[in-house]
This record gives sequence, structure tokens and C-alpha cells, in this order.
Amino acid sequence: MKVNAALVGSGNIGTDLMMKALRSDWINPVWMVGIDPDSDGLAKAGASGLKTTHEGVDALLDHIGEDDIKIAFDATSAYVHPENSRKLEQRGVLVIDLTPAAIGPYCVPPVNLQEHVGKQEANVNMVSCGGQATIPMVAAVSRVQPVEYAEIVATVASKSAGPGTRKNIDEFTRTTANGLERVGGAGRGKAIIILNPAEPPLIMRDTIHCLTQDDPDQEAIRKSVHDMIREVQKYVPGYRLKNGPVFDGRRVSIFMEVKGLGDYLPEYAGNLDIMTAAALRTGEMFAEEIINGTLQLAAAGA
Amino acid sequence: MNLAGKTVRLHDMCLRDGMHAKRHLISVDQMISVASALDEAGIHLIEVTHGDGLGGASINYGFPASTDQEYLQAVVPQMKNARVSALLLPGIGTVEHLHMARDCGVHTLRVATHCTEADVAEQHIGSARKLGLDTVGFLMMAHMVEPEQLLEQGKLMESYGANCIYCTDSAGYMLPDDVTARIGALRAGLEPDTEIGFHGHHNLAMGIANSLAAVEAGADRIDGSAAGLGAGAGNTPLEVFNAVLDRMGVKTGVDVFKLMNVAEDVVVPIMDQLIRVDRDSLIMGYAGVYSSFLLHAKRVGEKYDIASGDILVELGKMKTIGGQEDMIEDVALNMARARRDVKAV
Repeated sequence: MKVNAALVGSGNIGTDLMMKALRSDWINPVWMVGIDPDSDGLAKAGASGLKTTHEGVDALLDHIGEDDIKIAFDATSAYVHPENSRKLEQRGVLVIDLTPAAIGPYCVPPVNLQEHVGKQEANVNMVSCGGQATIPMVAAVSRVQPVEYAEIVATVASKSAGPGTRKNIDEFTRTTANGLERVGGAGRGKAIIILNPAEPPLIMRDTIHCLTQDDPDQEAIRKSVHDMIREVQKYVPGYRLKNGPVFDGRRVSIFMEVKGLGDYLPEYAGNLDIMTAAALRTGEMFAEEIINGTLQLAAAGA
Repeated sequence: MNLAGKTVRLHDMCLRDGMHAKRHLISVDQMISVASALDEAGIHLIEVTHGDGLGGASINYGFPASTDQEYLQAVVPQMKNARVSALLLPGIGTVEHLHMARDCGVHTLRVATHCTEADVAEQHIGSARKLGLDTVGFLMMAHMVEPEQLLEQGKLMESYGANCIYCTDSAGYMLPDDVTARIGALRAGLEPDTEIGFHGHHNLAMGIANSLAAVEAGADRIDGSAAGLGAGAGNTPLEVFNAVLDRMGVKTGVDVFKLMNVAEDVVVPIMDQLIRVDRDSLIMGYAGVYSSFLLHAKRVGEKYDIASGDILVELGKMKTIGGQEDMIEDVALNMARARRDVKAV
């Protein structure tokens, strides 16, 4: 048994998410919603047997009941998301937000997915690509001992940063920094993003620096980091430790590389892959809850 | 070269680019004394910010002696004629930092992106212009693209509201013909009332020659710093450039002897090391590496016992760009591991 879902947004992220969802044991992607009739994503969705519309989320609303849509993944933009979310929630659809709008609580699967169980949430947010790639590492340190300050540098290939990210790059730094604090457990967070145009495109790199309150327990942190990496690798196999953890006084530095699965987006775009993979994993967790009855969505049309 | 009769605006970088050469540890008092001396010499525009711009305070780039706000609040009120500028790199600093700088009385806001990534600056350039600031688009590592591409990116920044576009030779890699081609393309392709600027580094000792080429090709503003205090082998030494321009009949409004005195008596004494074309900065100029990496590479090289020049060459091969200071330790760790593996065999 699977839970029916809609994908809102037919861009790179939405399309990559669809390809992953088609392999899911818990999620059945039924609809893809776009706004551009010529979008490659809608064409691919149609060819994969999904129902499609290029008339935006309104065109989906009438079909929610008949197609029994319980979960929607929104991969549009921070500007459009609030309105999409309002309409979908009104009809009892649980929304997983892949935009930086961050209306709902943050979800970083290996860190706090379980906390969302049984909360009856209507909207959860996936933070940002840099957040998904780095917050698990901050959490790996902060679960060992208090982290006063966490700072991350996410470097992504220019080709993997779409117009949404570029138009509002401050959203990235702000949302990611908040996530480092709220989910990563750092006292204070700072996020830096670099877009590098090198050819061939570079695979996403993430550097995580933590300042621990007291001298770091090196052995415990090393073990915690390796354990956490294995958790992330369950849904992003290309999440790899390049160097570290390096200890320098109270500074702990971890150097990661994130290689994607190469579904719709090329392998170098690990930044986008880790978002879609994390969102799907989150959706699957909720689907499991819906199926076993622990999560009851508001009645459709209410 | 005949530049007689032209007017050029000199923009001093000691208290921003110079922060790299001082590991961002220039004190508030030093800021005030350098800025006041530059003001007295007739410099029009003085940049005051963390080396990596507003919000640059970080493990990655270095924590400064004081905050951007403290520096700006201390320096701006002391200026008699000079105006103060601040730098901002989207991805590091945000629009909130920009508002803070404006509230401190900054006159000019310079928004810097890598030379192919102008579109990340739309919200920052737009906000600065809306606040009525002199708004500059600053295209870094400009040697990495052809003049036509640079113009395309400059046009984007112009369309967002920048009233001045810079060709920035962050690696000190360019030769005069490279500058002529890029400044010429910007001058020919941008609106006539958009100003053009050039920011040089002295890694190949081309600071003066490149800046002259820029003026000849139509640049209105030239960056440099007294005594060259800046990243890598430093910026174009401004007291030298001013003297050369004076000899060539170019008006800058800056007193030749007073600026010499600022360089010798105020800036040189605060240097931690002589700013010169040493082997590492020459490598950066030769290989096209971001000048701010210099001291980070020296420190990390020492820590892992690896030649800093080798680290810099590798960073050049990897096509790293401004802001990727985190890759310096990463590269050193890779090299240290490779060395261990060789020994183990």
C-alpha cells in the first residue's frame, strides 16, 4: 500500500524528486503540477504515467478528493509557496516544503525526522540544500558536547544553482544559519554559499566548522560523525567525508563532498539531490504514519 | 600614452583589502588614524570593512579585531571630505548588513560577485540603489572570462541599479592588454553615464601599468592602497600611482607628497610583514589564484609542513574562486595524506 502524492513545481527539483518517488515503497506520485506547458519536467511526468497540468496548483485542487492525494511536495519558490500551502492544507493535504519559505518546522531526516512523528503537522520545511548537507554534521558534534558556534561553507557548481536561489541568496544564508541553530543544536550559526562556474562542474563541497564550548572529546566526536554519515548515506549514498574531523583547539572542522545519484540532475548537483532525497524520505515517514493510522489528516474540503 | 587632462577618482583599500594582509586585525584606532591621514591627503573614497566584506567575520576568513559596525561608526564621523565605502559579497553578507552600513553613514556600497555570477547580486544592488547609495557592481577574478562575457555580467549589474561597474583583477594575473580589452569592452557597451572602475593586485608588479591602461581605456575610478597594503603582493600602491598620474597631467585632487607621507609614516608602521612580491604572491599572479588566499596558505602550509606555493598552485588547478578559503586546509590535508601514503609504501 502506498500513499498518493502530488509534486508541485516541474523544474529541476520537482522532476528529480519524481524520479526518486517512482521508486518509493511508500509514496505513489500521481500528479505533477507546473506552470509552463513546455517544461521538460511535465513531459517526463506525462511519459511516466503521472497526471499533469500546466495551470498551477489551482488546477490540482479539484482532483485532490477523487485521486486521494494525501501529501504534496512543493518545489516552486519561496514567493509562491505560502499561497500553495494555504490552499493544499485547507483540503487536508500534508505539505512538504522544498522552498526556503520555511513556514513549517524544519526537517533534517537523520537528525529530527522522528520528532515530527505524531505531531499532526500540516507543513514541514526542508531548510536548504546546504542545510541538509551540513546540519547532520553539526548535530553529530552537538550530541557529544555543546557547540557554541557552527559555521558552514557550501560550494556548489554554478550550473546547479537555479534562478530562485540566485534571486534570493540571502534566504539561503538566513535559513541555513537558522537550521544550524534550531536543528543542528549550535548556539549561533553562520552559513556561507559560493557558486563556482568551473568546467567540468565541481561536485558539491561542504565544510563544517564547529566551536565547542569546552575542549572537544575527539574520540567521541569522530565516532559520532562517522555514525551520522552512515545515516545520511542511507538516502544519499554519495555523502562522503573528504577530510577531518580536524581538531584545532576548540575548532572541529569536517570536509564533506555530496555526489548526487544522477537521476534527473547530473551527479555533481549533490546539493539538489540531497534536498529531493531528504524530502522523499520525510514524505515516506509520513506516508507510513498515514497508512498505520497514527497520522490523521484534516478532512478534505474542510 | 597621453592621459593629460583626464580626471581619475582614487579609492583607497588599506582598511578593507589591507585587512587580509593584517589577518583582519586592524584596530579601531589604527582605522581612524589611517583614514584621517588619507582624508587629509585628499583621497575621496576610503573602503572600511572586513577583508571579505560585510559579514565576513568567520572561522573561514578570520574573525576581525572589531565588528564592521564598530569600524564604520568610528571612522565615518571623523571624515572631513572623504566618503566611506563598504564591500559586500552576496553569499557571505546580506541585505541586513547593507542596511547597517547605510545607517553608519556609508556613501558607497560595492557589491562583489565572481565574474560569471552577477545575478546573485540583484537584491543587494537593488537595495543599495533604492537607499540612494553610490552603488558599484564589482566583478571579481575578471581574468577568468573574455571581455564580452564580462560586459554581459556588467550589463546585468547595471540593470539592477549599479551606477559604476568594476573590472577586478583579484589574482593580480592580468597584463595591460588584458585590462585594455576588458575596460574597453565595458566602456563601449555600458550606458555612457555608468562609471567604470579597475581594482588591481600587484602580484606581477603590474598594478601601476594595469591601472594606467585602465585609465586610458576609459576607467573613471581606480582602486589602490597607500603603501600597497592589501591581499597578495598588495593593491596598486596608491601614492606611487598618484605621483605617476600627476607627472602625466591627470587630475586626482590628491596631494602627491601628503599621500607619500601617509604611506610611509602611517601605513607602513602598522604592517605585520613587508608587502612585496614574494614567491607565493608571484605564484598567485602567475597561476591566477585569489590573492586573499596568501596568508591562509602560509599558515596552513606551516601547520602541515607543506610548501604554501604548492598549495596555491593546486588551488589554481582546481579553479577555486574568491571565498573558497576552506579548500586551503582541504588541499593541505590531501597533500599530507599523499605524502604519508608514499612513505608507507
